[in-house]
Amino acid sequence: MHNVDYEKQPGMENFHPSLVKGPVGINMNYMGEADVFGPEAKISARKVNFYYGAKRALNNINISFSPRRVTAIIGPSGCGKSTFIRLINRMHELVPGTRFEGEILIDGLDILSPACDAAELRKRVGMVFQKPNPFPKTVFENVAYGLEVNGVTDKHLIEEKVVDSLKKAALWGEIKDRLKDSALGLSGGQQQRLCIARCLAVSPEVILFDEPCASLDPISTAKIEELILTLKKEYTIVIVTHNMQQAARVSDNTAFFLMGDLIETGRTDRIFKAPRDKRTEDYITGRFG
Amino acid sequence: MNKRKERLIKYLFTALAFSSLVFLIGIVLVLFKEALPIFGKVSLKAFLLGESWYPTSEPPEFGILPLILASLWVTLGALVICVPIGVGSALYLHELAGPRQRAILKPVIEILASVPSIVYGFFGMVILSPFLQDTFELPIGLCALTTSIILGVMATPTVASIAEDALSYVPRSFREASFAVGADRWQTLTKVIIPAAGSGISTAIILGMSRAIGETMTVLMVAGGAAVIPHSVFDPVRPMTAAIAAEMGEAPVGSDHYNALFAIALILFLITFVFNIAAEFISRRFRLKLGLSR
Ligand SMILES: Nc1ncnc2c1ncn2[C@@H]1O[C@H](COP(=O)(O)OP(=O)(O)OP(=O)(O)O)[C@@H](O)[C@H]1O
Ligand SMILES: [Mg+2]
Repeated sequence: MHNVDYEKQPGMENFHPSLVKGPVGINMNYMGEADVFGPEAKISARKVNFYYGAKRALNNINISFSPRRVTAIIGPSGCGKSTFIRLINRMHELVPGTRFEGEILIDGLDILSPACDAAELRKRVGMVFQKPNPFPKTVFENVAYGLEVNGVTDKHLIEEKVVDSLKKAALWGEIKDRLKDSALGLSGGQQQRLCIARCLAVSPEVILFDEPCASLDPISTAKIEELILTLKKEYTIVIVTHNMQQAARVSDNTAFFLMGDLIETGRTDRIFKAPRDKRTEDYITGRFG
Repeated sequence: MNKRKERLIKYLFTALAFSSLVFLIGIVLVLFKEALPIFGKVSLKAFLLGESWYPTSEPPEFGILPLILASLWVTLGALVICVPIGVGSALYLHELAGPRQRAILKPVIEILASVPSIVYGFFGMVILSPFLQDTFELPIGLCALTTSIILGVMATPTVASIAEDALSYVPRSFREASFAVGADRWQTLTKVIIPAAGSGISTAIILGMSRAIGETMTVLMVAGGAAVIPHSVFDPVRPMTAAIAAEMGEAPVGSDHYNALFAIALILFLITFVFNIAAEFISRRFRLKLGLSR
């Protein structure tokens, strides 16, 4: 992952450096194709296979995610998008009978190795789910939960963190008088931002979003997208989405999965404008089942 | 023709469905009708708080406090047994048991629930009571402790299966959310799942109590039958159900004794009624809390 002259790399014809803010380098992915990611990969998956029992759900996935970039993962239902991102914070361990091969490095360390503590990892790699899933507790307790289970006892610190996280999740203004109300009384969009706040409270470095807007109305969706764009200044973000416009709006890079294979990755504008693989093109133009 | 048939079927099922309501109202009416005359002879207060139950003496005394206390006493004892075992089993089944352990344990618990109460009573009389008598050197083995243990075992399946249902109603997504912020299994269980299932578990406990307090056959066989206010767990007792079952055959129809027994039944009915309403109320709030029915 050296800084090389990106314009000389194959596939970089459409790339304009002016589109990218901050330092840019080339990140050779394992398909031998160069794509523009950040200066240094935050997360790299190498030769990842995944099995539910005997059923293989991921085939030899090689991909990198750049720090402070949004990467969208797209692909038809059942292609393994959720399976893949759930590996990044080891949520697959909650499903019995699963097995993986390969490695996923975060900052160079293999997070899938038994030596890596899953709870520690999940503090660094937060996750927001398809359906908002606040606990049946108060708004405050929901956000404070992660701190509490991680042994933070200082009341002031917790309070500070909760307020800070709610602000970052663009929820503070709407909710500052309702901290002691049940989180289940909030609207779906507010609940989802609360879940984002709950995830931010433990100071993650990476946030995984699995179709975060799937159950939300267009206005709430727009708010979440806007939020993702502000969050990317600080966090590395991976978002699974079925919505092509959403992928185009929020992401810097896009990865297209199909039946457990990673078909194509690259800059989002390039993928949408000039997909290299016929299957990618068929999918994004909607010619695909 | 077809339409008439359809209507007929509709009426038939409506009638069947409402027959439970008719039975309930019928039972309540009969209880009241047969119970009320006793309150012409004894005041409600003297009846409930009177300390002596000598229904066949001359003059008779109709104080049922010893019977009420006996019922509460053995029920409380049963709770000490069935709550830890029942809730513990539910937690084990839900959290720790693999598919194989579940496949064995769930049917076992269901079978425990279907053992006829006379079998429990028999077991209590022939095995448990002599054992306790020897162990604690009691004058008599048929006592509150024996009753509590047997009732506790009997109520355990009720508590376990309803508590397990409550745990399984807690959405998987709560568990995922908890793990996703770095909580471990124990924290997830104690801070998210048990609080979320808490009112469902309370419902399980109340229904277990309701089961214990209404049990008759076992209690008749092992409680010892003494209608005195219990002072220790080793005292023989005469809970309300046992009094009714034992005495109804001897009380002449329409006598004061007969009416008094109906009044006891009425009070027992009211107690279990309150338990069940409470259970229903709590479980409704529980479902609301989990966003299951809104
Ligand atoms: N718990 C599981 N047990 C067995 N197979 C599973 C399980 N979860 C997912 N799969 C299978 O793995 C494959 C990938 O599923 P995954 O949920 O990752 O797809 P996805 O791309 O997220 O789909 P969607 O867009 O519908 O969410 C599918 O074929 C699915 O049936
Ligand atoms: Mg999915």
